[in-house]
Amino acid sequence: MTLALAVLEQRDGVLRKISHEVVTGSQRLGRGVDAVLCAAGPVQGADQLGKFGADRVITLTNPAFAKYAPEACAQAIAERAKQGGYRAVLFAASATGKDLAPRVAAKLGVGVAADITDLAALGDAITVTRPVYAGKALLKVKVASQPAVLSLRPNVFTPVERPKAGTPETAAVTVAPCRVVVREVKAAAAGTLDVAEAQIIISGGRGLKEPANFKVLEELAQAFGGKAAVGASRAVVDAGWRAHADQVGQTGKTVSPSLYIAVGISGAIQHLAGMRTSKVIVAINKDKDAPIFKVADYGVVGDLFEIVPRLTEEIRKLHG
Amino acid sequence: MKIAVCIKRVPDSETRVKIASDGKSLDDSGVKFVMNPYDEFAVEEALRRKEKASSGEVAVICLGPAAAQETIRTALAMGADRGILLQSDRIPADPFEVARIIAAELKSTSWDLLLFGRMAIDDYNHQVGALTAELLGLPCVTAISHLEIEGTKGVAEREIEGGIEVVEFPLPAVLTADKGLNEPRYPALKGIMAAKKKPLEVKPVQASAGTFEVVALSPPPDRKEGKIVGEGVGAVGELVRLLREEAKVL
Ligand SMILES: Cc1cc2nc3c(=O)[nH]c(=O)nc-3n(C[C@H](O)[C@H](O)[C@H](O)COP(=O)(O)OP(=O)(O)OC[C@H]3O[C@@H](n4cnc5c(N)ncnc54)[C@H](O)[C@@H]3O)c2cc1C
Ligand SMILES: Nc1ncnc2c1ncn2[C@@H]1O[C@H](COP(=O)(O)O)[C@@H](O)[C@H]1O
Repeated sequence: MTLALAVLEQRDGVLRKISHEVVTGSQRLGRGVDAVLCAAGPVQGADQLGKFGADRVITLTNPAFAKYAPEACAQAIAERAKQGGYRAVLFAASATGKDLAPRVAAKLGVGVAADITDLAALGDAITVTRPVYAGKALLKVKVASQPAVLSLRPNVFTPVERPKAGTPETAAVTVAPCRVVVREVKAAAAGTLDVAEAQIIISGGRGLKEPANFKVLEELAQAFGGKAAVGASRAVVDAGWRAHADQVGQTGKTVSPSLYIAVGISGAIQHLAGMRTSKVIVAINKDKDAPIFKVADYGVVGDLFEIVPRLTEEIRKLHG
Repeated sequence: MKIAVCIKRVPDSETRVKIASDGKSLDDSGVKFVMNPYDEFAVEEALRRKEKASSGEVAVICLGPAAAQETIRTALAMGADRGILLQSDRIPADPFEVARIIAAELKSTSWDLLLFGRMAIDDYNHQVGALTAELLGLPCVTAISHLEIEGTKGVAEREIEGGIEVVEFPLPAVLTADKGLNEPRYPALKGIMAAKKKPLEVKPVQASAGTFEVVALSPPPDRKEGKIVGEGVGAVGELVRLLREEAKVL
């Protein structure tokens, strides 16, 4: 019997990469994975999910799914979860997943074990680990709800390829009229990568001195060839130098990139809350006692205005 | 406008986490508790909506121990009209239980707007608002950073990866507040004095454990000891070498 239902995401008919992580995470439960997504029509990339171990990829179609339709998606996925009798339903803890998971869970009469960084199944028990208290502690919870509804912290469950045949299925579904309607999506400037999705993040703080100076960080990001995003501390967001969407930390985004470079950021506990699970942390700060150096794998003490441009040069050489 | 705001009492974000002897909970001796920061945005939004309508009521609801009266007083000092403490020494680990208790209280009144925080900064559950909305059968928009209301029609904005969703919804509705929605006011002395006389109803509730069993609360694994590569531009070459050869991220 299939154990897990992995809920995938698409935007504008293209599968979101985070979906691979959800399938990989679902695999960890060990007994087979059905993947499901809501879309208005065929979704580019959905046929690839077999590669990550999905036994079936079920596309639920309805014209209402052209944009994210929280109520209709919740209804369709909850119905599918009930029919399939799954032991677990897994989401990404992305902006959409955080919105959708509790809606589906409530329809199933259970709560969500949210934003988990680890999971294990022993017999019929599912145990998960989630960072709490701003990442200052890890909570291990045994989830006995039927089904267990989980959301996985992005960038933690690195996609692993485990090829399977992965039968694609499409089912047109009917949904009730929606009260909550996404009227439009205002896209961020073309070519900018969201910090929540970037593999490399270069964040700047008050040490940058003024908004125009973020140019040095943008140049470094560009040197990484489209893989890097520029983040910010709350101090500079509150000062209006950077958009809130770029803020990393307790009242901003939680990120786990493979490389996080903190530039002119002191490393307040609320900032660490958002980035301490990054795989490798680099700090550049002129104050050798700045708390950021306590979590950094590699620190360089000195003036960022000298160090960052040199780093940009070196990275360009590597990628050039 | 009749507005309910759900607020949670949480450890201040500066708190040093000490784990209690049961190995499953926070040792809260010496911990400073505050109103969940996202709930401050929710309270502020409620007050502004009421002020704009120049009539109505803002009630704050909190599930927590007796000490959470203090959290409610803070909201009353900001300007909320009355408070309800759903008193329970233990807050269930299962968010569905939390939502069930809150929904049971909210059901008894017909609200125009029900406001929550995007998430609580202690448990990071990010769901009690949406769960409660489902239990009450109300429309819900989560993590909003902008809100406009005209009559019984609302438009909210929420941040998603790489953009902003503009969402329409009818009132009554459940909304959860993100940073950016507004700038919460500080309680003025006058407000603090007035808060002492505002009604605060205490209702004991039976909170069952639900289906989440806490196995352990533990410190995060230490990050392996980092190193200062060096000082100034001279250290950049070595940094790049380490990132390539040791960390293998380049
Ligand atoms: C409830 C709450 C929530 C919060 N949420 C967040 C959050 O989500 N994210 C967040 O970031 N903060 C958050 N904060 C704020 C946090 O406490 C800090 O105030 C903030 O992170 C500080 O930002 P900063 O490091 O940019 O500035 P500062 O602390 O001022 O640090 C600037 C650093 O730059 C260095 N510097 C200066 N000049 C140079 C130079 N030329 N070269 C190199 N280094 C230089 C300095 O040595 C210093 O370490 C929150 C606070 C509260 C109370
Ligand atoms: N014990 C509680 N009492 C009142 N409101 C709560 C409680 N727990 C959560 N909430 C509300 O639900 C929001 C989200 O919390 P959570 O889902 O726990 O992250 C909070 O910002 C509060 O508005």
